[in-house]
Amino acid sequence: MPSIAKPTAIHPSLHRNELGLTIRDYEGSMSTLCAGCGHDSITAAIIRACWEISLAPHMLAKMSGIGCSSKTPTYFVSGAHGFNSAHGRMAAIATGASAANRELTYIGVSGDGDSLSIGLGHLCHAIRRNLKMLYIIENNGVYGLTKGQFSASADVGSKSKKGEPNRMAPIDPVALALSLGATFVARSFSGDKDQLVPILKAALSHRGFALVDVISPCVTFNDHAGSTKSYLYTRNNMLKATETDFVPPASEILATIGRNGAVSVTMHDGSVVRFKGVPPDYDPTDRKKVLDYLSEHHGKGEVVTGLLYIDESVPDMHELNNTPAQALTKIPFEKLCPGSAALDTLQEEFR
Amino acid sequence: MLRAGVEQAVRVNDFAIKLANVNGTGSASANGLLMQAIFRMGIPVSGKNLFPSNIQGLPTWYEIRVSKDGYTARALDYDLMVAMNAQTYERDIREVRPGGYVLYDSTWPLDPRLHRQDVTFLGVPLAEMCNAHFRESRERILMKNIAYAGALIAVLEVDMDVVEQLLDEKFAKKKALRESNHKALRLGFDYARKHFDPLPFRLEKMDANSGKILIDGNTATALGCLYAGATVAAWYPITPSTSVMDAFTDLCRKYRKDPETGAMNCCIIQAEDELAAIGMVIGAAWNGARAFTSTSGPGISLMNELLGLAYYAEIPAVVMDIQRVGPSTGMPTRTQQGDLLECAYASHGDTKHICLYPANPSECFEFAVKSFDLAERFQTPVFLLSDLDIGMNDWVVPRLKWDDSYRPDRGRVLDAAQLERIQKFFRYWPEDENFVAARTLPGVSSKGAYFTRGSGHSRTGAYTEMPEEYQEVVDRLLRKHQAAAKWVPEPVIERRTGAQFGVVTLGGCDAAVREALDVLDSRGIPADFMRIRAFPFPESVEEFLNDHEFNFIVEQNRDAQMKSLLLLETGVAKDKLRSICVYGGFPLSAKRVTDRIASQLGELTERAVHR
Ligand SMILES: Cc1ncc(C[n+]2csc(CCOP(=O)(O)OP(=O)(O)O)c2C)c(N)n1
Ligand code: SF4
Ligand SMILES: [Mg+2]
Repeated sequence: MPSIAKPTAIHPSLHRNELGLTIRDYEGSMSTLCAGCGHDSITAAIIRACWEISLAPHMLAKMSGIGCSSKTPTYFVSGAHGFNSAHGRMAAIATGASAANRELTYIGVSGDGDSLSIGLGHLCHAIRRNLKMLYIIENNGVYGLTKGQFSASADVGSKSKKGEPNRMAPIDPVALALSLGATFVARSFSGDKDQLVPILKAALSHRGFALVDVISPCVTFNDHAGSTKSYLYTRNNMLKATETDFVPPASEILATIGRNGAVSVTMHDGSVVRFKGVPPDYDPTDRKKVLDYLSEHHGKGEVVTGLLYIDESVPDMHELNNTPAQALTKIPFEKLCPGSAALDTLQEEFR
Repeated sequence: MLRAGVEQAVRVNDFAIKLANVNGTGSASANGLLMQAIFRMGIPVSGKNLFPSNIQGLPTWYEIRVSKDGYTARALDYDLMVAMNAQTYERDIREVRPGGYVLYDSTWPLDPRLHRQDVTFLGVPLAEMCNAHFRESRERILMKNIAYAGALIAVLEVDMDVVEQLLDEKFAKKKALRESNHKALRLGFDYARKHFDPLPFRLEKMDANSGKILIDGNTATALGCLYAGATVAAWYPITPSTSVMDAFTDLCRKYRKDPETGAMNCCIIQAEDELAAIGMVIGAAWNGARAFTSTSGPGISLMNELLGLAYYAEIPAVVMDIQRVGPSTGMPTRTQQGDLLECAYASHGDTKHICLYPANPSECFEFAVKSFDLAERFQTPVFLLSDLDIGMNDWVVPRLKWDDSYRPDRGRVLDAAQLERIQKFFRYWPEDENFVAARTLPGVSSKGAYFTRGSGHSRTGAYTEMPEEYQEVVDRLLRKHQAAAKWVPEPVIERRTGAQFGVVTLGGCDAAVREALDVLDSRGIPADFMRIRAFPFPESVEEFLNDHEFNFIVEQNRDAQMKSLLLLETGVAKDKLRSICVYGGFPLSAKRVTDRIASQLGELTERAVHR
């Protein structure tokens, strides 16, 4: 993935966020993905979300596995450290990174191969630990980087580029996450930035593990008739269960709640997620109802999108482990090492 | 009872006993009690637990060797067998040396076919006595063990005051149990005093253990991690490494609870598998924490891919490999040095890793600390290769020492101020005299931001598929590995006058090999000794090998892995190295080494004669 430096000239009219940074400050090097690849649109949404919430670039850690999708952290926030690790292992590496330094914001980018096959176990356990991070699956139904094999998210009957149908049942990351007790589950479409950006912003404020499954068509291997992860299919079958507004903690919280008067959830950090356009019986805090709703619409061949489920009441990995509020890396050595006197006392037991 | 009239010369503090039990019946505490009591009597002692990979019902043995001269390797000649497992009577009785003793439960008569003319049988009606004195069936089984300990205390002359003191300490808060133990102990003791003549070997107080402790290698390793300031630990349970993390967890509860906030200054994660465990270590170390995992061979196999990532992306990682018998599941509760090559070259592509080989719990402690310093100094994975024998058995070692002036060697890490002073940061350039480039940590400054990748990268850290740029980095990695040879522990070398050859070993073979060399010396065959303590090999290793016409390499694996490593990584000629491999899974004994050296020497002289 050769990365090409971008021209650095800044358009004077660009807006600045609370940190005085323009959106260009959140870009990375030039993408080398195929023109039209859904992943690039997700990158653009990440850039916008980070800029809008005024995330300090050096306080972000960008984690990924291996795949076309996993290359993308090079293409956003070049002022942040990134870790393009090994195929399927990102969740494990992010877990250790977070254990060491909980003060950083973690964005993990993965693919459907990376997350639902080789790395499925780590994904499940990161969910169980409620690791505080934004975990994005850039879901195209294929292995892009190894040239178009079906992934575990390919739907039954979905056709490969060569026309062969997939016969095995897919793993749906949203249903999986809900069954594992995930505390923030969303699905979106790379072609719908208006929906995706607020979801990402809400995810970045979430108390624990935020899974965002983004349908992201692979124009090279999976964007033909017969594919259920193509632009056309997704546009035609997408059903927006929820639309969200994200209100950061500093802003005044407006009294008016979404158009349909649906739900508003206060996040752990004081920000508020407001759900608009929610069907009357949809409650994103009721796991059972969400599951019923999803399976009902799945049966109709619809791709349900939006922030689908949220629970801010569950402690994250650090809270469960009773680690200090600051990063473990900041604890001075003098506090970590008991010293010679303690060793002498302890050794009285070894007799 | 009368001691007079015993004509046989009595051996004091020089014998071995073996206790054959059924696992899951609570024998461990009785055996441990004996071992601990002998230690407190100031006598050099070692205990080896030979246990099965099972929770209940299979044979398990415990061996205690007492040696006034301080030989602590496993003995193969048993003066006394405590035969408590009918399943293994036949084999156990066969193992007693001529003139030795068998103590057994005479509640049931012994099959006459098991009798040996040259062995004295000491029957104690253990079950009968315990059934008469204890009511509950669980208690009856447990107390049988304490009762045979009582009989042994009598016949071996263990100091009863010491034993009572130990029981007081152990059951300080459990009065009823203290009572039962005391009662059972007396049952066995009184019976033995009444019915048996003194044995031709016995114990006598010495003063060899002042300034010494009784500790297992895994506890010592965990202590090293605590003292080194490790804050993140990730693991997946596997025998024989589990007790490293158990001990670390206990120690953290004791020493890492912040007095001001009540928070735990550590994060210990039981991972979903070893792939995750090493991933977590790498993630934490990438962020600047001292992080480690503890595992055994199967875990190392699973960690291979990510170990290569850490090597190539230059991320510190500390791996405690408590070796057991492979391949595959192998024999999980038997010991071996079977992971030497696996660790030295773990992962695909060209990789070489720093490995440390402790010989005992003291070195586990010392080398555990060193592992973190080396990992951070050289920005690379470091393996501490302990084994089941070192890790899970109690060893008598000098008290551990800690230097309060110790500060972690964090290696080359640029802070915000240092970053401010440089023009531009490149991850893998410029390098220092150890061929290490400075790294930066996330969360410090955008100027230090870079993209860590396991894919091809140039010295600037940029992606590359160009041959020269790729080679420049991996060639530096090789030089970096070689530079570490000056930083790792030197070998232990002991020379004898008139030595004609060298004997080289590593890790837990130490005690057996030293003893073997004493035996050979007493037979007029002096040899020089070298114990290798690390890879990459310091120069002195090759010098020693070249100094001798030939060298025996004693190790516990089938394929002569250390010998192979020496041939691959030094310039020593192949015909200078001869192998002695003992790999059945039990700790090494001196006899195996002397026998094998003697027979190989015999072959050598024979060949010389026939030439
Ligand atoms: C251990 C290992 N096995 C196989 C591969 C080869 N490989 C690279 S990317 C990939 C699949 C990527 O698919 P996905 O995660 O869906 O990402 P996409 O390219 O579709 O975005 C595979 C199998 C690898 N890099 N490592
Ligand atoms: S192969 Fe597919 S997933 Fe990969 S970059 Fe091209 S379009 Fe995107
Ligand atoms: Mg994919």
